[in-house]
Amino acid sequence: MQPIYLDNNATTRVDDEVVEAMLPFFTEQFGNPSSMHSFGDRVGRALKQARVQVQKLLGAGHDSEIIFTSCGTESDSTAILSALRTQPERKEIITTVVEHPAVLTLCKQLEKDGYTVHYLEVDSRGRLDLAAYRELLTERVAVVSVMWANNETGTVFPVEYMAELAHAAGIPFHTDAVQAVGKMPIHLQDSKIDMLSLSGHKLHAPKGIGVLYLRRGVRYRPLLRGGHQERGRRAGTENCASIVALGKAAELAMTHMEYENTFVAAMRDRLEQGILAAVPHCFVTGDPEHRLPNTTNIAFEYIEGEAILMLLNKQGIAASSGSACTSGSLEPSHVMRAMDIPYTAAHGSTRFSLSRYNTMEEIERVVAAVPDIVARLRKLSPYWNGNGPVDEPEKAFAPTYA
Amino acid sequence: MWDYSEKVKEHFYHPKNAGAVAGANATGDVGSLSCGDALRLTLRVDPETDTILDAGFQTFGCGSAIASSSALTEIIKGMTLDEALQVSNQDIADYLDGLPPEKMHCSVMGREALQAAVADYRGETWQDDHEEGELICKCFAVDAVMIENTIRANGLKTVEQVTHYTKAGGGCSSCHEGIEEILARVLAEQGEVFDPTAPPPLPAATGLSPLQRIRRIEAAIESIRPQLQRDGGNVELVDVTDTAVYVNMTGACSGCQMAALTLNGIQQRIMEELGQFIRVQPASALQKTAAASGG
Repeated sequence: MQPIYLDNNATTRVDDEVVEAMLPFFTEQFGNPSSMHSFGDRVGRALKQARVQVQKLLGAGHDSEIIFTSCGTESDSTAILSALRTQPERKEIITTVVEHPAVLTLCKQLEKDGYTVHYLEVDSRGRLDLAAYRELLTERVAVVSVMWANNETGTVFPVEYMAELAHAAGIPFHTDAVQAVGKMPIHLQDSKIDMLSLSGHKLHAPKGIGVLYLRRGVRYRPLLRGGHQERGRRAGTENCASIVALGKAAELAMTHMEYENTFVAAMRDRLEQGILAAVPHCFVTGDPEHRLPNTTNIAFEYIEGEAILMLLNKQGIAASSGSACTSGSLEPSHVMRAMDIPYTAAHGSTRFSLSRYNTMEEIERVVAAVPDIVARLRKLSPYWNGNGPVDEPEKAFAPTYA
Repeated sequence: MWDYSEKVKEHFYHPKNAGAVAGANATGDVGSLSCGDALRLTLRVDPETDTILDAGFQTFGCGSAIASSSALTEIIKGMTLDEALQVSNQDIADYLDGLPPEKMHCSVMGREALQAAVADYRGETWQDDHEEGELICKCFAVDAVMIENTIRANGLKTVEQVTHYTKAGGGCSSCHEGIEEILARVLAEQGEVFDPTAPPPLPAATGLSPLQRIRRIEAAIESIRPQLQRDGGNVELVDVTDTAVYVNMTGACSGCQMAALTLNGIQQRIMEELGQFIRVQPASALQKTAAASGG
């Protein structure tokens, strides 16, 4: 039985062409791009090409706006901390309650260091309150950081519009776009976005390579100081093979952009509709009208996500869940809680994230497998009785320290 | 992915005693919906002998919660209520060949469901005294609430003290930042400032004399021996140094593919007993060390 990988928001398979492009940079092209000889020179040229490939994918005005980093998290930290250092008199940050931990945990730490962080809330469909956002745009704010698309639900936020508002108020705008880049067209030069983070392994490049886009002229302080690499904006010898790989992956993402937004989206829609039609008491979370083409997040009520994943995995199907147990924490996903999804559904929320490697046959196999898995776990659930939930589930089963 | 034992997987994929027992005369509902684990245990108890004739579970929860529920019902069937109340969460975890530290609370939930069901049968009210916080120390499975309560109850001021009282932070030490944060918060409430440079007070566990220390190590090994003997194996204490305990695995344990796993289990038990990090190694490693230093 061939396994089916529907966890592409976690990480993706490296494209064969990408592997082929990067392999020579471990062996015959091993030079240090800073070196004054042909070994270094050839690698230096390859990095230059990769920078242009990423520039094109982002629709950036200049290739020098691309800074290679080690991952999305490093790009996020670099962007936010740079904004704070360039404006020491500003002590406030605006972000959202549904950010990735790469931003959220940093913000929690900055609060301990004396900064005030405003967390924009979302409604039950995961949409931001833009009126509240406008109110917060004051001269006390050092940076706005809002993700382009949410990793759990795929909900896309109006970051271009939000960047315009921030720009008008004189506030630098950063977006964590690791889920959006490669899945939707981006034209940074037509936007007011000042900084953007992306991560290679979300778009069929290897793990361990990321990019910080830094608009020309935006005031900046590096996170890592040292050598002159990346024009002194990110010191440390370049991860050359992975930079070449990311360049190739960016080029391929451009080629496949239309496929992603038509065929991959169609597979996602078929998966979602197939499951909703066959499984009672489940619903889609987030905002289906503004969503990444590859993601669906379905909450199965009255059962728990880790158990769902284990049974899916037994049939070779890989997905992910917002349950507390899958992360070893005490609460279900902060994204589900922010949308006010009840506990009995939040723990059963299951994310299926597709890629161009999936096929419609695979999707049909998943649609066929899910109903039995859900039914099997509901048989064990104290909230379930025969063919439906017990009457008034929350009253019928109210455990002692709930 | 969690490192679940084969036994956990078996009880998850093929749970025993799922569903409510017909004619049940005892029910225990415990768990926490916010955590995502909740369990209803139903029992049919013989009123003459207080023997558990049948047990069934309904669980909203993860793989190890379902496996722990299944294991619990298998363990207690046929026991009298008093016997069943002796079953500890560790017994449930042992029955499943262990649980990851993040998942030990699943076995705790099983034991509490049992207590609640027995209280229900006896017409008593069961009070839960268990409050769980974020897991801070993964080596010894100590959560934030436990650390905070211990700091308050004993007026602790340093990370070292927290380690001596709760074992938290006594292993890999990655959680020291988390412990410092709790200390800083609790001390701030009391109008004090956490001082990371405060001199460590006299440690409790390392105050053991060499003989006391060896006795504790022996006691830890004794507590594990019956398990090994059940599988036809055994363990023999060979030597003890400041940082390591050397043992011989004998019988079915010698050459068993699970030997490394068993050594880990013994190491865990001895660390809990001593409250300090110690490495358990096969005695063959001792000979190598001797050869190396001798040569």
